[in-house]
Amino acid sequence: MNNLRGRAHVFGDDVNTDYVISGKYKFKTLDMNELAKHVMEDLHPGFYKEIEDGDFIVAGENFGCGSSREQAPLVIQAAGIGAVLAKSFARIFYRNCINIGLPVVECDTSDIGEGDELLVDLRKGKVLNVTRDKSIAAAPLPAVMVRILQDGGLVEHFKKHGGFKIKDEG
Amino acid sequence: MGTVSEEILSAHVGKEVAAGDIVIVPVDFIMGQDGTTSLTIQAFRSMGGKTIHDTGKSAFVIDHNSPSPLESISNIHDMIREFCEEHNAILYDIGEGVCHELMPEKGHVLPGSVVIGADSHTCTYGALNSFATGVGSTDLAAALISGKTWMKAPGTIKVVCNGSLQPGVFSKDVALHMVGGLTANGATYKALEIEGEVIDALSVEARMTISNMAVETGAKVGIMRCDEKVRTYLSTRTTAHFRGVEATEDAEYDRVIEEDLSDLPPQVSRPHDVDNVAPIDKVAGTEIDEVFIGTCTNGRFEDFAIAARILAGKQVSKRVRLIVAPASRDIMIRCMEEGILAKMIRAGAAIVTPGCGPCVGTCGGIPADGEIVLSTANRNFKGRMGNSEAFIYLASPATAAYSAINGAISDPREVLG
Repeated sequence: MNNLRGRAHVFGDDVNTDYVISGKYKFKTLDMNELAKHVMEDLHPGFYKEIEDGDFIVAGENFGCGSSREQAPLVIQAAGIGAVLAKSFARIFYRNCINIGLPVVECDTSDIGEGDELLVDLRKGKVLNVTRDKSIAAAPLPAVMVRILQDGGLVEHFKKHGGFKIKDEG
Repeated sequence: MGTVSEEILSAHVGKEVAAGDIVIVPVDFIMGQDGTTSLTIQAFRSMGGKTIHDTGKSAFVIDHNSPSPLESISNIHDMIREFCEEHNAILYDIGEGVCHELMPEKGHVLPGSVVIGADSHTCTYGALNSFATGVGSTDLAAALISGKTWMKAPGTIKVVCNGSLQPGVFSKDVALHMVGGLTANGATYKALEIEGEVIDALSVEARMTISNMAVETGAKVGIMRCDEKVRTYLSTRTTAHFRGVEATEDAEYDRVIEEDLSDLPPQVSRPHDVDNVAPIDKVAGTEIDEVFIGTCTNGRFEDFAIAARILAGKQVSKRVRLIVAPASRDIMIRCMEEGILAKMIRAGAAIVTPGCGPCVGTCGGIPADGEIVLSTANRNFKGRMGNSEAFIYLASPATAAYSAINGAISDPREVLG
């Protein structure tokens, strides 16, 4: 899970979970591959078809604000997105990503353009914009979150350990 | 030594917890609703879950699609019912109400507790001095199995509301003003401690409206003090022993915002972001097609009492559809018994099942393309009510009721001032 490579799909600030996947679809089915066809469709119709496996969603402030629906990160994951990079994340969305094993990177995304090729090192907290030959520092993830991500999410963590096997940090 | 959040978390973990610490914290109550619980059940099973850690302390509420409008949703509801029966969890089925009304109303939330719910508006219970916050479905599954969750202790912004509100101005206006001032991510990862003369003067139910909207600033919790009103509210609902938690005198705050709200006019949130808030004179006269009074924000008894007072003996504008969804069965019964429902129905209101109603576009009341809705809910995102071509404004029940009569956004101080 440490090194990821892909192209950037750029979005703005305050992308809420209703934009990620509209409430009108999310209750209808538990099939994430089916829901994934509608990912971000109110902001960018046809977005699903443009995603290649491992691509990144790149956004501004407060990505994932709104509902607690875990369908939002699950749908992003099912659509083939390798990680979400944003200036900041809404907190429930952020913890949902960690819990389902979708990497999230908090960094200054101002200089990332549509289609830029990125190389992301999660453990070191580094993003390299290959297209523009620019390095971007990212906030390294706390050990608790790295542990859950490394296990492949909270479900896998519980399967492996039978409960929380994490030390408090602080 | 700490903020209310730090004090509550410290007491639960058994050691001093400071903002920024990541802790595994025992939870006192766990709540899921029908939009998020199916994923919880899947995660619970995938994790190898066999039994619920404490069956009396978990409740599941079928409120988002109530009654079920679709075959696929009916099957999800069935899955939830079976899970609750198998694991002896508390189930609130269709028609009982919205999760965020039922949790306090049924006495499941105590001051000083840690409560998690798989719904972002779980922060509503902050009005009862609970560290209550929304989490995802997988979090909920982990807590059902282990009785615990992982939590980063938040820093705190203190919001002090001084003065007294004008007639025609309500807790919803305070909530909208707070969201407009802090913005949608002004308190991300933070706790809000909300207090002051304005809060002291409000009923517990009206306080819930403000705590409910804390998440619209990105906050984790919107916590208030446990006072006599809270104790009275709980006296008929629980026999459990509890103790309110206060901040210590040396508590450190990230920020303190203090404001006198005596001159605050009614507030309206404009499409398509909750923090796009304006005083009512900026939007007055905007023609509307649908008015919705209800939800976990404003579907409580006093919300309908004020709406009925305005609607009594009047007729809703011919151009407007008025939809009313009581937040619980008990609220609906009280509204019936006190003649409030009759006043609203005579004025032209369509009453729907207690629950989330049209709030999230899953259960009727979907606006047409280009239509404008005035709602008492907490969110106005594009597509929120099921049509991304519609426009949603948010306001208090008084503003909503008066505007429904006029067919355009109107200042309720004209009739209440």
